[in-house]
Order: sequence, then structure tokens, then C-alpha cells
Amino acid sequence: MTLESNTESTSAAKQSPEPSSAPSLQAELDQSTYFSHDADVGVIGRGPTIEAAFVAAAEAMFSVMVDRSAVRATHTLRIEFDEPDPEFALVTWLNALLAEARASGLVLGEFSLRRENGHWIGEARGEPWREGLERGVEVKGATLTMLSVRQTAEGWEARCVVDV
Amino acid sequence: MNLAQLRQLDENRWTVPLRPGEKRAPVILYGTAELLRTMDDKVLEQITNVAQLPGLVGPAMTMPDAHWGYGFPIGGVAAFDPEQGGIVSAGGVGFDISCGIRCLRTNLMLDDLRPAMEPLADALFRTIPAGVGKEGDIRLTPDQLDEVLVGGAVWAVRQGYGCSEDLEYVEENGRVEGAVPENVSALAKRRQQGEMGTLGSGNHYLEVQIVDRIFDEAAATAYGLRLGQVVVSIHCGSRGLGHQIGTEYLMELAKAASRLGIKLPDRELACAPIYSPEGQRYLGAMNAAINCALANRQILTGLTREVFTQVFPGCRVETLFDVSHNTCKAERHRVNGEERLLYVHRKGATRAFGPGHPAIPERYRATGQPVIIGGSMGTGSYILAGTPEGEERSFSSASHGAGRAMSRNEALKRWRGRELVDELARQGILIRTRSLRGAAEEAPGAYKDVHLVAEATERAGLARRVAYLRPKICIKG
Repeated sequence: MTLESNTESTSAAKQSPEPSSAPSLQAELDQSTYFSHDADVGVIGRGPTIEAAFVAAAEAMFSVMVDRSAVRATHTLRIEFDEPDPEFALVTWLNALLAEARASGLVLGEFSLRRENGHWIGEARGEPWREGLERGVEVKGATLTMLSVRQTAEGWEARCVVDV
Repeated sequence: MNLAQLRQLDENRWTVPLRPGEKRAPVILYGTAELLRTMDDKVLEQITNVAQLPGLVGPAMTMPDAHWGYGFPIGGVAAFDPEQGGIVSAGGVGFDISCGIRCLRTNLMLDDLRPAMEPLADALFRTIPAGVGKEGDIRLTPDQLDEVLVGGAVWAVRQGYGCSEDLEYVEENGRVEGAVPENVSALAKRRQQGEMGTLGSGNHYLEVQIVDRIFDEAAATAYGLRLGQVVVSIHCGSRGLGHQIGTEYLMELAKAASRLGIKLPDRELACAPIYSPEGQRYLGAMNAAINCALANRQILTGLTREVFTQVFPGCRVETLFDVSHNTCKAERHRVNGEERLLYVHRKGATRAFGPGHPAIPERYRATGQPVIIGGSMGTGSYILAGTPEGEERSFSSASHGAGRAMSRNEALKRWRGRELVDELARQGILIRTRSLRGAAEEAPGAYKDVHLVAEATERAGLARRVAYLRPKICIKG
């Protein structure tokens, strides 16, 4: 049985971009990494620190939904939570962003995160959804599937499947 | 999927032999060799994990449209006995709790539709909020939302969305018992603001379809279907509220499992005994989400009816049936001749009661419950009828859709949204969407062949084909 049958792609530009209709969204997707899952999407965030990797994962997740480069940082959301387990912390971070964004009617484009022991403090910036923002597919939630947070030779990598 | 690891029981039924020392319940996979070959090996791994959960009654099963999910495979069916330590699993229901399909029949025919295709498509696209971030016009106070969570489609009808005649043809007559709004977090309720009466995105759609082929004349007559007739299918679920309930309880139950003494082969199978406080809390919240979904599809039914009567004054739009495919339901089933109360998880699987079941509306009772298999925007959908054999074979469950055959990334590599929409237009299918990328991800070729799925569902005895519906207009999220 194949346990790791997923394939990883680092560039959605290789994925038949929409030259006439979706250049900016595609450009956003170029900046993030994804891995394949039958029905959903796997997001990967990498960075020199665990916090940077979580930020990159959030960027990858929101790039599934919107052309992030066009999102204006007019509103700020603050996210705080306690979670000692790094893997549960990744899922909690991503789900908190999804929930607070939706509850506030915002789409988010920029993220920052810091940690004090098991206490995580994040900020996300964005704006209310508006016509003209190029839309992708809604992410319903981050799952525990293929969830991993690990240190690599280059820094940290955080990944999980998000339900779309 | 590598079929060498399976043992074929008949043309459409397979099992997985136990390995030495392996302890689990049996596993049954329904489908032809052709369909099973397209499935990822993860489907097998996931359903084998489900077969290790406590209190499972009968086999853990996958339907012919199964694909890799999280925890449970999509297309997974498993029934648990609460008296034997049986569990309820948030991963066995999914994030989009009570996602399902409402099918509406009209008294219009293809000839009526042809000259009005463009204005109808445009009016539906203007009226039905669809796509990521697209909100509806309904704003509810917290108390009003609690009324939705208890009242379901019945609440929506009281607000003027649709008519009371719709409710007879909605599963559970439009509202399930056991909803506990207090078990739904304030954040989940905030997340639903702006989302009542919205379609969502991804694989959700509203399609105007034509009855293109009839397989069973008597059943089609009972369901009020005839060749060339215009019908409408609405595929969506409990929106942000359901997603948040799924999110919160998945984490809560994953953390609680070891405390509750449950050894999980995969933490995404997060679960609790049905008769535990944790299990009861989840069931109360999940039932609230089911009512939210039933209300949502009822609102969309009302909006759809408004559009149709504007474009076709005097036309009739009636609910054929509404059935969910992401639920855990308490149902009575016969096991070895004894009737037992079981909690049947259907994740990406449709309830399919056979003829005579008391839960079926009287008009359809002799025929069996309508089962709706949603296809892709290019290939169409099927209406089937529940069978007597389905009770013994799958606790009266059947397929729910075509099922993905490839990942979204892979679909994006193969198709461009604009070209796809233009090609479908050449085939006489109008697509209206706010996301061309989403359209590419949902390309018909990214799905299994819905005809094969429907045929395999019938040949496996899970449900029998009644009619094939060909798409004409698709409003995509």
C-alpha cells in the first residue's frame, strides 16, 4: 500500500495558468507550496523559524481562496491561543484565521505570528470581500490529515491538508 | 488501488483479507474493478482503520464513488451500536455537515427552456449568492440563529422561503430532533452571519438539468419525472457554522480520545462513545448543523422558485426530494433478524431507504426513497431509488456523487477555466461562476465517470437507476 502517494508541486505556474483571466492569482500561487490530495488541497509553509513556517502556511492557505497580492491591509485581526503541541498549534492557527476572517467578513493577505512558550499571538491583515478581488475556492477548515511540523536542514516545515 | 490486496466476492463487492494477528471488523468495498482501480490506496487504509473502531456493527464499507478523505474515506459508511460502546466520529461526518442535494422538478420542458437559457442563467447567478466570500442578504440575531438550528427547513418556510408542501419531501420532514444550539460555539454562530442562503464554492452548485433518460418508468412516474422535463439540483451544506463545528469537535475529540480510552489508528478518526458526555455534545451540535443545512437548502429553494416564476410566469417548481450525504443518524436496522438502534455514519454517502420504509413520503413509499447522485457540471446526475437489498448490504446507503478521480492540483495542470467554460457552452451547457480557477478544478474530467458510478451502485444492489439528468445551466461557487 502506498502511504505517500501524494505529489508535491512548488509552482502553480506549471499548472496551466489562466493567462487572460487569472494572472495575479496564479502569481500568488507561485509563491507557495502545495501537495496533492484527492479531494482537497495540501498546504506547506516553510521558514527559518516555526513561526515563519506557520505564516507561510497561512499565506498558502489564503492563496487558495484569493489573489493575496490584491488584498489591501485595511483591517487587522488579532489571534491568540494556547497550544503546547506544535502540530495542533498549526491546525489551531489556520482554523482561527479562517473562522475569524469569515466571522468578520474579511479576506486576509498578510500574517505575523510570535510565540511565548505555548502561547501564540498572531496578527492578520486584510479587507472586506469586494467585487474585483479574484476568487479561488473557499477553504472550510484545516484538518489533521498529513499534518506535520518538523525541523529540516533549512529551517522549519509545516504542512496539512485543508478541506475545500 | 492495487486490487491484488483485495478478495473479490462478486462483480461489485470486494473485501480485504485479515492479515495474521490483525484484529478488526470486516471491510466491504462496493464497485467494479474499473472504479476501484481509480481509487487511491489511502481509501483502503482509511476504511480498514474505521473497521478497528469500537462498537462497529457489520462491516465498514465504501461506496462505488469512494475517494481519499480525512479519517474516514469519502464514500464511507459505518454503523455503531451505542449499547456496545459504539462511537460517534466527527471525522466520520466531515466538515461540511449535512452537505446534500435538493432536487426540484418543474412543469417546464426543454423547449420552454431553450429560448430562456441566457436570461435564466443570469437571473439565477444574480440571485443565488455563490463563491468564496459571497454573502447573502439574511442577517440573524443570535436568538434567531438558534431558532434556525432547532427549526431547520421548517424555520425557513415560516420565514417565507418556499412552502409547507416542500417539507414532506425533505429528509426528516425538514428538521432533525436532538439539535442543541448551546453546544454550538459563539464563533461558529458568528461565522454563519452572512452565510445563510448561500451556495458556497468548491464542488457546490445549482444546476438546471433535463431528464435525458429514464431507466425505470414506474419509479419515474412516482417521482413525477418524464423525458425532456426541466429539473433543478442544489448541492450545498451547512456553510460556515457546520465547518466550524467540524473544526472544533475534530480537535476536541482528537485530544479526548486517549482520555476516553480509545486507541485511534488515525487521529483524524477523532471520536467519543455515543453515550459519553463528549459524544452527546457533538451529536447535539451536529444535529444543529444538519438543521442549518436543511434551512440553507430551503432558502435557496425559495430563491430559485422566485427566479423561475419571474422568467416563466405561472410555472410550477416542486421539491422532488432533499437528502444529505454527510451525517451520522440514529436509525433502526435489522441485524441478524434483530432490530437495533444504530448510529449510521455516512460520509459522502446517501441514505437510501428501500420500498415500504416509514420514513419515505407516502407518494414514494412503494417505490423507495429517491437517491440523488450528483455528477460534474459536464456529465450530469442521476436519480435512483432505494432497494430492499440495500438494508442488508449497506444499512440502506448508496453513492453520493461521481467522486474525484484526480486532485485539484492535477486538474489545474490539465484544464484552464476559460477554455472549459467555453467548451461547455459549445456543448449547450451555460456556466456562471466567480472563479475560473474553481471551474478548472471542477472540470468534468477530474471526476470519475458518473455513469459507471450509477451503474455500479445499481449492480451492487444499493439503489436502482430511475433517471439520468443532463446539465443545461450550472451556477458554480
